[in-house]
Amino acid sequence: MDIGQYIDDFTSLFSQYDVLAAFRMTIALTLASAVGSLLIGTVVAIMRVSPIDSLRGAGALYVNIVRNTPLTLIIVFCSLGLFYSMGLQLADRESPTFLADQNFRLAVLGLSVYHAAFAAEALRSGINTVPKGQVEAARSIGLGFLQSMRIVVLPQAFRGAIAPLGNTLIALTKNTTVASAIGVAEAAALMKVMIEFRPDVIIAIFLLFALGFVVIVLPTGVLFTWLSRRLAVVR
Amino acid sequence: MRTRLTVATLAAATLLLSACSSGSTDDSSSDAGSGDGITIGIKFDQPGLGLKEGNTYSGFDVDVARYVADKLGYSEDQITWMESPSSQRETLLENGQVDMIFATYSITDERDQKVDFAGPYFVAGQDLLVAVDNTDITGPDTLGGKLLCSVTGSTSATRIKDNYAEDVQLQEFDGYSECVEALAAGSIDAVTTDDIILAGFAAQPAFAGSLKVVGNPFSEENYGVGIPTGSELCQPIQDALTEMFDDGTWQELLDKNVGDADYTPNADLNPPTLRECA
Repeated sequence: MDIGQYIDDFTSLFSQYDVLAAFRMTIALTLASAVGSLLIGTVVAIMRVSPIDSLRGAGALYVNIVRNTPLTLIIVFCSLGLFYSMGLQLADRESPTFLADQNFRLAVLGLSVYHAAFAAEALRSGINTVPKGQVEAARSIGLGFLQSMRIVVLPQAFRGAIAPLGNTLIALTKNTTVASAIGVAEAAALMKVMIEFRPDVIIAIFLLFALGFVVIVLPTGVLFTWLSRRLAVVR
Repeated sequence: MRTRLTVATLAAATLLLSACSSGSTDDSSSDAGSGDGITIGIKFDQPGLGLKEGNTYSGFDVDVARYVADKLGYSEDQITWMESPSSQRETLLENGQVDMIFATYSITDERDQKVDFAGPYFVAGQDLLVAVDNTDITGPDTLGGKLLCSVTGSTSATRIKDNYAEDVQLQEFDGYSECVEALAAGSIDAVTTDDIILAGFAAQPAFAGSLKVVGNPFSEENYGVGIPTGSELCQPIQDALTEMFDDGTWQELLDKNVGDADYTPNADLNPPTLRECA
């Protein structure tokens, strides 16, 4: 095989397809879902350590159901179930980009709900690093459960949970590829299109997308390792 | 001592060898003359064309493949069916994992460079599937502002967007079944791909009477039999297909598989004219 020709074929991909836009979509999905899953995850983690039995049970139920359901199923349910069967609309129907917005938001919803279970468990491990005496001290000076969580426990819990939260974020970044199942134009969807129309450079396409994900994920890992050292609660 | 051991080893080896050779004699005598069988690539997930349900395979592509294999001298139990999704068809042929492919495989110039084609055995055209009571979608030009569904990475969706209705909104799924599901739920206005594939879905019992193919095809897809470059099967396949067109089996198989969808293939182009083998 002529190497120069192969490289020419490969570089022609970039004029034909907008690879950067696809990765921008991957990053947008990651960031939006990271915020969503952290919010839901925090609520679930607090439920799981709350003094109320029914809340603890509900939190445990959420984690065990969602964590053990395949992500593809959750994402496809968000589209076919929530939108197409039940008519849930998260975007303006009259807008010319209705479907694109709708699918993006449904994907963020699904990814957030799924990764919230992992974020909640990561955060709960962080809560467990806070010595029991601190909670007792907080309660003894008259702070209620939510107050002691907010002022004493959670700030330390987040710092203790940085490393597992980072792992969840890395998994989330790669799991955004599932959003292509409901037609979000992210990296994996573009890869499918490119493989369909440019089978001549199929190996290079795989390597390109693998590299793209490494470029996104590697700094995340480095950042979180650094943060977990820097923010560790020294006791 | 040593001699006795050698004799024993020799005896054992002879026994083993004779066991082997007698075994292989049995094997070769059982599949008289026609080799080991044939591996055929089909779709596993397209009702009416290539569908796997448990251990049974059905559909127009599958039936045509059976007919051709029979003419090539392979009985039903010598056929190994292998799934060949669209994106893997060239690779499967180039690696020699399949001998031929009947999987809604349109003959295009790019593909023709990588593999060889026999056929075509059917000419499909891109069309639209809509709800049976829909009257305002009559063709690709009437899709402005509508929600259209197709499969990620397929030519069908891009063609509509580029050539007909710029403001159509596109929903892409991994498979047509999700599209048809959404159409049946009433949230999508139309599904687009080749007419025979749409007819296959419309003919499914779950959707019978609720969906219809618009019947205004706006492209020409020549379904060919994919074979590895230089395969000597090309001419025998062409002969089998000619026979199939002439003896009425072709029409019979078409009626059997997509007849329930109230769908008639483009009569000007079907049954198609076969191409020359390279």
